Amino acid sequence: MKHIKTLNTRKLQNTVKKGGCGECQTSCQSACKTSCTVGNQTCEHCK
Amino acid sequence: MVHQYKNNGYNIVLDVNSGAIHIVDDLTYDVIALWEETSREEIIQRLNKTYDEAEIKEAIEEIEELQKNGDLFTPDDYEEYIGDVTKRPTVVKALCLHIAHDCNLACRYCFAEEGEYHGRRALMSYEVGKAALDFLIANSGNRRNLEVDFFGGEPTLNFQVVKDLVAYGREQEKIHNKNFRFTLTTNGVLLNDDIMEFANKEMDNVVLSIDGRKEVNDYMRPFRGGQGSYDVIVPKFQKFADSRNQERYYVRGTYTHHNLDFSKDVLHLADLGFKQISVEPVVAQETDDYAIREEDLPQLFAEYDALAKEMVKRKKEGKAFNFFHFMIDLEGGPCVAKRLSGCGSGTEYLAVTPWGDLYPCHQFVGNEDFLMGNVFEGLKRTDIRDSFKSCNVYSKEKCRECFARFYCSGGCAANSYNFHGDIHNTYDIGCALQKKRVECAIMIKAAEAEI
Repeated sequence: MKHIKTLNTRKLQNTVKKGGCGECQTSCQSACKTSCTVGNQTCEHCK
Repeated sequence: MVHQYKNNGYNIVLDVNSGAIHIVDDLTYDVIALWEETSREEIIQRLNKTYDEAEIKEAIEEIEELQKNGDLFTPDDYEEYIGDVTKRPTVVKALCLHIAHDCNLACRYCFAEEGEYHGRRALMSYEVGKAALDFLIANSGNRRNLEVDFFGGEPTLNFQVVKDLVAYGREQEKIHNKNFRFTLTTNGVLLNDDIMEFANKEMDNVVLSIDGRKEVNDYMRPFRGGQGSYDVIVPKFQKFADSRNQERYYVRGTYTHHNLDFSKDVLHLADLGFKQISVEPVVAQETDDYAIREEDLPQLFAEYDALAKEMVKRKKEGKAFNFFHFMIDLEGGPCVAKRLSGCGSGTEYLAVTPWGDLYPCHQFVGNEDFLMGNVFEGLKRTDIRDSFKSCNVYSKEKCRECFARFYCSGGCAANSYNFHGDIHNTYDIGCALQKKRVECAIMIKAAEAEI
């Protein structure tokens, strides 16, 4: 496209059917203990 | 829902419901701003004094194509889906073990009140810890990956129990086909070669508490006698981080009203050689002198912008480091179910006190209203669990209109409770900072795409 450059992202709609397995890390177990940071967690199936 | 903003010379368009991110020229940026409430003809009429008409038509075509592909102006179809997700049986997959309700530091902002959590000093016994691991396994259903954080107070004050529990976990994971991921959160005072060697072998992640510059750290993180802790911990943390190949750890700090120029603390930690850094705002009552106030926000926003810009520069120079709150996994990030349902506190994540009581998370420990049961008899207060389970971005009015809802999942329940007496609300200052961090994180990705 000439006017728009799109970054590679995982389309959220596509995660509805197969998502929710719950194997990924709990956010507070990483490095935040007083906020909630989920967007930086990695899907266990994408590792 | 679309969120558009300008940062560091980039015109950024986030399509909230698909997660797609577009970097656009000025013309397209202006077209998108008019898109939802203006006809195509009117868009052309309104913009043809500034831009070439043929170019405007091209931009419109490109926007239509993205919309058709579900990458722009994507509708939010997830509200019913979250209903299905929350109906699933609850399993426990992570425990925060309060190995010691005691601490060898006296940090001014400690929500655990020098480790004691509004209660008595205590160390967790092996028997309690073992029962906690048994409870976790028994309640984990078919989840294979189980997480246990050795937390405090200061867990190295009771390190033999940590070692014994890891040994027990390793034995049990084979029997039950589970995989324990252990983490350790420490202030570093008692770190020694023995602890480092053990942690490097067994701990999936270690969180090392330090606030940044010496004067900042020592003011908020003194020993009980008032002396600063910086000189004691820095060499140990540097050695520890190197011994882990600068991976699978975070140096983690808290910034307060007293160091609103916190980007200097982040960069100080980077200059000390740390590659994995997390520094986050203190959560405190308005009456605390160190609390972040609403009037601090403009300066804090500028700090995040400056930090993001500096990180892009350092990456180009080959001196990159990770800042936890700017990390965003665009290609392999969490599914919608995870993004909608939050941190899992009170449901899949629980905190365990030294004597085995269960609370929704470490921040609720000591508040008897949230005592959920104990590791010997199991979960008694399923009503508390169900209340946390119903907590998601659609149960919070403010989140419905927020572009960042899929990155913070509705925020921290404890923060909401502390400020509003209700877990189904939001902590407004925290939200403002979270939104800024998401914007910066995306800008960094845009810049990296150019490198």
